[in-house]
Amino acid sequence: MFGYIGKRLLQMVPLLFGITIIIFAVIHLAPGSPVDVQMSLKTSAQAMQNLQKLYGLDKPLTVQYKDWLMRFVKLDFGKSFVDGRNVLEKIKERIPITLTINILSMILIFIIAVPVGVISATRQYSLFDKISTVLVFIGFSTPAFWLALLLMILFGVQLGILPISGIQSIDVSGLGALGRLGDWGRHLILPVFISAFGSIAGLSRYSRSSMLEVIRQDYIRTARAKGLREKDVIKKHALRNAMLPIVTIMGLSVPGLIGGSVIFESIFSIPGMGQLYYQSLMARDYPTIMAQLVIFAVLTLFGNLVADIAYGLVDPRIRISGR
Amino acid sequence: MSARRIIWRRFRRNHLAVAGLAVILVLITAAILAPHIAPYSKTGIDVDHVLSPPSWQHPFGTDELGRDVLTRMLWGSRVSLSVGFIAMGIAVLIGILIGSVAGFYGGIVDSVLMRFVDMMLAFPTFILILAVIAIVPPGIVIIMVVIGVTGWMDVARLVRAEFLTLKQRDFVLASKSAGAGSLRLIFKEILPNALSPVFVTATLGVAGAILTESALSFLGLGVQPPNPSWGNILTSGKDNIETAWWLSLYPGLAILITVLSYNLVGEGLRDAIDPRLWETERYESGQTEE
Repeated sequence: MFGYIGKRLLQMVPLLFGITIIIFAVIHLAPGSPVDVQMSLKTSAQAMQNLQKLYGLDKPLTVQYKDWLMRFVKLDFGKSFVDGRNVLEKIKERIPITLTINILSMILIFIIAVPVGVISATRQYSLFDKISTVLVFIGFSTPAFWLALLLMILFGVQLGILPISGIQSIDVSGLGALGRLGDWGRHLILPVFISAFGSIAGLSRYSRSSMLEVIRQDYIRTARAKGLREKDVIKKHALRNAMLPIVTIMGLSVPGLIGGSVIFESIFSIPGMGQLYYQSLMARDYPTIMAQLVIFAVLTLFGNLVADIAYGLVDPRIRISGR
Repeated sequence: MSARRIIWRRFRRNHLAVAGLAVILVLITAAILAPHIAPYSKTGIDVDHVLSPPSWQHPFGTDELGRDVLTRMLWGSRVSLSVGFIAMGIAVLIGILIGSVAGFYGGIVDSVLMRFVDMMLAFPTFILILAVIAIVPPGIVIIMVVIGVTGWMDVARLVRAEFLTLKQRDFVLASKSAGAGSLRLIFKEILPNALSPVFVTATLGVAGAILTESALSFLGLGVQPPNPSWGNILTSGKDNIETAWWLSLYPGLAILITVLSYNLVGEGLRDAIDPRLWETERYESGQTEE
């Protein structure tokens, strides 16, 4: 098993190298430069050149890439074009809130989607199965940002029971620790639900088909034949075997969650990675954009790795033969 | 009975899929006829009717400049549909090209191409699209190209898998021994037989592309005002969230219905095409031979 994980990790190295090339090419070959954004029309050509020199934009692309890659290996992502602050510092202070929301929403996805999928599968073609299938289809097709707007209108504007922006109220100083936690929780309800929404549909569909596949297997028939109660057959025999592929899918859902963060953080004005990414795009803050692209890609690769390991755990054939 | 007629017959039996197809046809007609059936001018500002709620004059209300929302949605449907089709067209072309070359030649060509696919898949696609679109001057053509160029990987994998099995079949081997060249084998013999699963992916892909475009426009990176798109009407819905719910409700509903229709048609096609389901059906209806 460790050999398999080690091999998987080694395979990630060239992949990551290729990804850095794509990122660098996309960012630097696109027309427009950070200097254009910072300078107004009146700026002299001389000042423009000075600025380009300062950022190292006057060097050939290959040299720029090499410099960047060498620094990247040392986790030195340079300084932001916008405020001159260390990029890594900027990103670090944004990570906790984004991570919190995504972990909470993963938990929510799991506790809603898996039971729905399992019940649909064990009662295939029942009313519950039909209704949940229809809901899943609608869920797939709903733009999450639109649902966010509707919920903001309903709970924030019409009913006035939930806050619609930021992660804390303006005046929290009067509240105790518990009050602050409650305030924070109230701010997170809508963002967590919205970021979970799309994946709930996907994962419940997936658990359903995974479960359907398992309950057709011979060993389930055997378990029934030897007189086990249906509850035990499902819980002890079927569910365990259906679970691991579901964990795999959770690993593969990382890119979707990252993309979603950009959208819901900008809707709810949450000061996380997604909002930082959007702001640095708007300001063409190249060092911050590139650092975040690399981090997102590493996270996605890590999710893939977790998925692969989960596969390896269920299916020894994959573990032994590699791919 | 020809395969195409069987597929159509099976598809027709799926009422939801047929309903989806009907909705898509209505939407396409509305998009084409938009300039003739839209009740108002798409950019006509009306200061007397700013942010007025739905009424007989303005069924979906008006926006912050007094423009008719229904009119702007009709024009916006042109954006959604053209982005959906063209972006998916680009993705399908790239996917077929890469998938068939990888599957046909195999070996080192296959390994290199599939590593490239892995690399593209390792990227959160939406993040990459945002990066490109934010840096390149915005425009509808750029959006189509970027969504297409980042969305071909599923098609490539499907086509490759089909090629791997099809190239061992007797009819291909026969054609090969009769002296057919690589190009003929790829395009005349194998590809036509590898296409049916591509239709399913492409239909579902149109839905995905429409969703992506609306998210981009919503974030201000897609279709630029004053040109309307469903996504950028929702942006003004967000800006006026305290007062004008209709700006948020209707364009999103249009996206939902459109995307749902494509998904239903895609799933319907998948079921209709899947030969494993044909077998069971024949078995159940007691038929032995088509």
